[in-house]
Amino acid sequence: HALCMVSDATGCGKERQGHMKMKLSRAEYKEIVRWTEQLRPTRQLVSNDIFLPFSPQKRTKRTISRHHAPDVIESHYQRYEKQTQRFILLKSSKTFLLRQLYCVLHRICLFCFIFLSTASKSVLNSMLKEPSLIPDQTLAKNVYQCTVNDCCYGPLVDCIKHAIGHEHEVLLCDKLREKNLSFLDENQLRAKGYDKTPDIILEVPVAVEGHIVHWIESKASFGDDHSHRTYLNEQFWSYWNRFGPGLVIYWYGFIGELDCQRDRGILLKDCFPTDIVVLGRAAQQD
Amino acid sequence: MAALLESLLTRKVDLTKVLDWLKNIQVGRKHPRTSSVTRSARVRCPTILHKHEFIPFLLNFLRDQSSQALTHGPATPAKTPSRPRPSASSRGFPERRSGLGHVSSPSFPASWSPASRPSGSERRPSQRISLGDYVRSGNGAGRHAGGGRAAHHADDNGRRTGRGGGTNEHVSPPSAGQLNFNNLEDFPPVGSSPVTPTGNKPSRRINPTPVSTDRSHSKPKMCFTSTPFTQAPSPPPLVLERPDTRVTAVSPHSLMEERELCKRAQLQTCSPAPASEEPCTPSKSEAPRLGSKVTPDQVREQHLFGLFLFSENLVPNVFLELFFRVRTLNSVHNCVYFAVKVLENQYHLLAHLDKCTLRLLAENERVASFSPRLRDRLSQAQDTSTAKVLSPSVSTFIHSVPFQPATDNRSNFSSDKAFHTFKKQRDIFYELLREWEDFHKEPGWIFDMALGSRIRGIMSQLTAAGNHSHFARLFLKQLVQMCKGPRVSGSSGDTPDADLLVMLGADGLGRLKRLEERLIQPHGVGGPCPPPSFPGHQEFFRDFLQAASCCQLNQHLQDSLCQQLLQLDEVSILSPPTPVTEREEEEGEEADEKQRFASVLLLARLLAKFLGFISFLPYQTTEKPSREIQEAAVALRSKSVPVLDVCGVLRNSMKHRRTILTVPWLVEFLSMLDFTGPLLLNYRVVLGTLKMTLGRCSETSYLNRLLIVSVLGWLFQVDSSLENSVCGVSIQDGIPLVDQQLLYTCCPFLDEFRKLLAAFVSGSSAKGGGIVRKITPTSAEPQDAAGGNGERSQQKLQADLEQAFFHNQPPSLRRTVEFVAERVGSNAVKHMKATFVSELVEKGDKMLRDGLESPKANPSKLNESICAQLCEAGLDALSRATRFCCEKSPEAIRILLPDETSPAVLTTSENITIHLATEKACGWLSANITGTLTWRHAWLCAPRTLKQGATRVTHGRKGHFTISQLNRIFSKDLLSVAVGPRMDEELPSGSRLQTLFRNVRDTLVCKKVQTQPR
Repeated sequence: HALCMVSDATGCGKERQGHMKMKLSRAEYKEIVRWTEQLRPTRQLVSNDIFLPFSPQKRTKRTISRHHAPDVIESHYQRYEKQTQRFILLKSSKTFLLRQLYCVLHRICLFCFIFLSTASKSVLNSMLKEPSLIPDQTLAKNVYQCTVNDCCYGPLVDCIKHAIGHEHEVLLCDKLREKNLSFLDENQLRAKGYDKTPDIILEVPVAVEGHIVHWIESKASFGDDHSHRTYLNEQFWSYWNRFGPGLVIYWYGFIGELDCQRDRGILLKDCFPTDIVVLGRAAQQD
Repeated sequence: MAALLESLLTRKVDLTKVLDWLKNIQVGRKHPRTSSVTRSARVRCPTILHKHEFIPFLLNFLRDQSSQALTHGPATPAKTPSRPRPSASSRGFPERRSGLGHVSSPSFPASWSPASRPSGSERRPSQRISLGDYVRSGNGAGRHAGGGRAAHHADDNGRRTGRGGGTNEHVSPPSAGQLNFNNLEDFPPVGSSPVTPTGNKPSRRINPTPVSTDRSHSKPKMCFTSTPFTQAPSPPPLVLERPDTRVTAVSPHSLMEERELCKRAQLQTCSPAPASEEPCTPSKSEAPRLGSKVTPDQVREQHLFGLFLFSENLVPNVFLELFFRVRTLNSVHNCVYFAVKVLENQYHLLAHLDKCTLRLLAENERVASFSPRLRDRLSQAQDTSTAKVLSPSVSTFIHSVPFQPATDNRSNFSSDKAFHTFKKQRDIFYELLREWEDFHKEPGWIFDMALGSRIRGIMSQLTAAGNHSHFARLFLKQLVQMCKGPRVSGSSGDTPDADLLVMLGADGLGRLKRLEERLIQPHGVGGPCPPPSFPGHQEFFRDFLQAASCCQLNQHLQDSLCQQLLQLDEVSILSPPTPVTEREEEEGEEADEKQRFASVLLLARLLAKFLGFISFLPYQTTEKPSREIQEAAVALRSKSVPVLDVCGVLRNSMKHRRTILTVPWLVEFLSMLDFTGPLLLNYRVVLGTLKMTLGRCSETSYLNRLLIVSVLGWLFQVDSSLENSVCGVSIQDGIPLVDQQLLYTCCPFLDEFRKLLAAFVSGSSAKGGGIVRKITPTSAEPQDAAGGNGERSQQKLQADLEQAFFHNQPPSLRRTVEFVAERVGSNAVKHMKATFVSELVEKGDKMLRDGLESPKANPSKLNESICAQLCEAGLDALSRATRFCCEKSPEAIRILLPDETSPAVLTTSENITIHLATEKACGWLSANITGTLTWRHAWLCAPRTLKQGATRVTHGRKGHFTISQLNRIFSKDLLSVAVGPRMDEELPSGSRLQTLFRNVRDTLVCKKVQTQPR
């Protein structure tokens, strides 16, 4: 059933081109996650935002550290050395690692590589982004394969995410202009010397569903428990501490139960709000 | 003292004589008529001393009596055993008499302490420790010495039968945090200090105790531990020499006399009030007759006496006394009569209480049966009362301190590191605040355990980065933002609760009250003298400072608190009232001034409290230090400069007649004094001066005076170690700046009246004795809430948005907008008056004259019809004023705001300015234009009517304007047009001037009409 929901949602998502509304209850979310875990990620899914909400980040984070221990890296490298065929990583990932974690794997390989060389971390990162920099041709090809096939991590996914994020920021700005609401964006704020900068600060606050909004943060992802908690601590409360109450738009929906700080000044929405009250406009109507 | 009372009660001395004596203010000279009184008491002190001692003495005596009456329920509650704060006596100097008596009284000889008495005084200790002595004398430096100790002494020995008995359990709800009458915390003896610690809990356990037996076991001990019996006045007791030996107990034990007195007093109280006593108490017979030998006259005299004290403003803390009287209302004795009498007598004061209290009081059956007149007056007063009881829950929404690039960006920090450290600290600070909000009410949550380490973490980082000034600013701004109290803008301070309660009436309220008790812990009646407290979010800030205990931060806070306070203290409050003729124009501004004043006063009080808290924090001790330590501390601390020159501030304020602003915040500051603080010279002086103010407060505005009197009464009640000397100084701040709302905000203890009365209501019906019955709640009318709710919330939202707009803008923007709005609004009014209104008047003038020329003219009817027409036209003034504001405001704003202001901000500022200015102008116009027009025509009509032989100027009396005043107003308007006409046609014609002068003449001719009795 949940799978149906997901596929329905996927369909919807395609129809609405990323504007679908998804505010799930926590129970619904858990159900979906349970099913998507069984889905095998495909290359198509990487570019399809619908799976963003259900990215298995959490699990990966839990397991990834396991592979960072020197002895584990050593053993990985040994296996890699043993099977020097092409695309070894891709294949092996299906067998001995989490199926989806290509990137984890190539990172591991690179770690292995470094383990034997003296490359610094920044060099490593640049190699990840640009596999052609890797001196070892086979490894370079393997890494490239991984990057392309990984739907959760790696430069490609990062790039996609960043692009989606940026897209939604632009979308937000367009909507604000459409509504004739004047605002300052992140860059303007930074220039003024603000220490924390939300995506948007409204020059003249508005009220959304009866709640005052000073700033808007756009999040092109799904607001699950883990990410929301992190965002709250690192971003949203900091904004509140400086600019007062504000609005967070999780364009890909969020767990409904998380929207519990409204009265304290953090409002969650999964789309650009429609019920906006502007200062003076209501008074003029009277 | 006791002897004096004794002779008074036994009619040895004529009551009137005593009254005369009390009224006599001559210092140091015995009033000839009192010589018999004093002689009988063997007192050889200056009369004035006695006078001031006598008042609290008498009050306490009366209170004791009444409390006795209340205690016929056989219960005495056990006290809560432990008190974090020191007891009453320990706050003071138990032995000041012997050592430091001179220190504590700068301007006056200590009055009640043995040391201050002339050596070889004939006054015997037996008298000294008589009943009156546990009443600390109102002005005595020896409050702690004589009074306090004796009181405690008495208590320890369970001798004070006068205070005996428990509470009236039968009237109070069983488990409510009820008042214990005998609780010294709730009702400290006049002039004594409170023993109430923070976090004091109402006692629950009830030990039934026979009233007049030895009650040493049931008496609270901890209040008196610091004054053991052995410290009783040292001179050996002498035998009573008083000729009037009604009190035969000449025991060596000095308390015997007191005991006897109390016993007799008790008898008296038990005596029924004779039906013939007073004509206006019809149902006296209702009071149960318990049989007594005391003559009704005596009772009556006591009552009269008490009344007299009230009326002569001799009561040190009028609200405490009133509270007590209200309390006694529900007893079953003739002190009810006295209580009602006092209330009746103090009607003018009661009338300033809030609506809900008034209603409850009016509905009180005792009041109704003893004084129907009082009931009627109270019912009437309800309509005029505007004071709202603020609900304890303040704002549900906390506002943060906005990040202002001007003060908060990198350039304001010494290094990148400091900048980024502060960034983190700001976030942690708010994190703590939120956590506190979420958890501080949960049982077992301890501030220091939960947040302490993080706070200290912030502090150590601050020190490392040198960011104290930044953090201090954030801290103070947040404090002000959250704790300034009810916002004076009126948009958010609206609490429907009180009105709702009034709607429910006594019956419904009773049910509600019981429900509330059952559902939640009752917010108990706290008594009229709560100790200084940090309500709401203030608690967080206090605990934060305590947990941080960071001297750098405290120093920074002190600096900026001082600076802000002194700035606030200089804020201009209205100049003395203008002549009547100009008054009219300022009416609108007066309301603004009041609001501004309230906001300044509340802010100053908050800042002063925290300044006091921080300043005296290093010296605070849980236990009162011993005398030697205190002496040493005084010697030490007198060398360093105090944080605030309180004397200078007060002197200055008195000179400039600004005590109405200064005294309330000084009171807050001083309420934070530590034990030794009051002994320091500058605090002694300032306390002495304040006491004078209390004694001789001659504010012309009643509410102003009420505010000062009640805050001072509170201060001196709460802090026992404060100086007390009475001289005559007259202070006048003539401007009525205080309103009921402010009074209630500053003196939250006034709300205790309401709680007390509400407790009666619920208690009287729940008398049955703790049987849990089903309470069917009455619901308020639902349609009332539904109608117009949407619109109201929209308006509120707009108001909130307006406030929010300023939040992230530089403060100067707000100042500019408010200033421009104020000026433009005022100009609009002036312009309307000079042009449109005078045109209207002229028009009406003409219509009237034309109308009168017709033979069948009926002047009064004509006048009415013209007035109606003009008023309709007058509405046009509103739209004109609006247009005026819309034109002028944007221009001014554009010029005044910086060029770089973004268009959106500029437009919004303009709109807000227009809105505010229009509101101001239209508010004034709609309130006044109708009246103005009516008056104008009244005078036009008046001379005519007079000529026709009518004897009364009916219309002229409307609005309380005499004819001559009307003429004056008219000529003034005429002149204003003549001086500044818009066009030539506006210039008054010769005929108009002639008319004016004719009218003036007529007025003068008819002068006798006005003076004629109506």
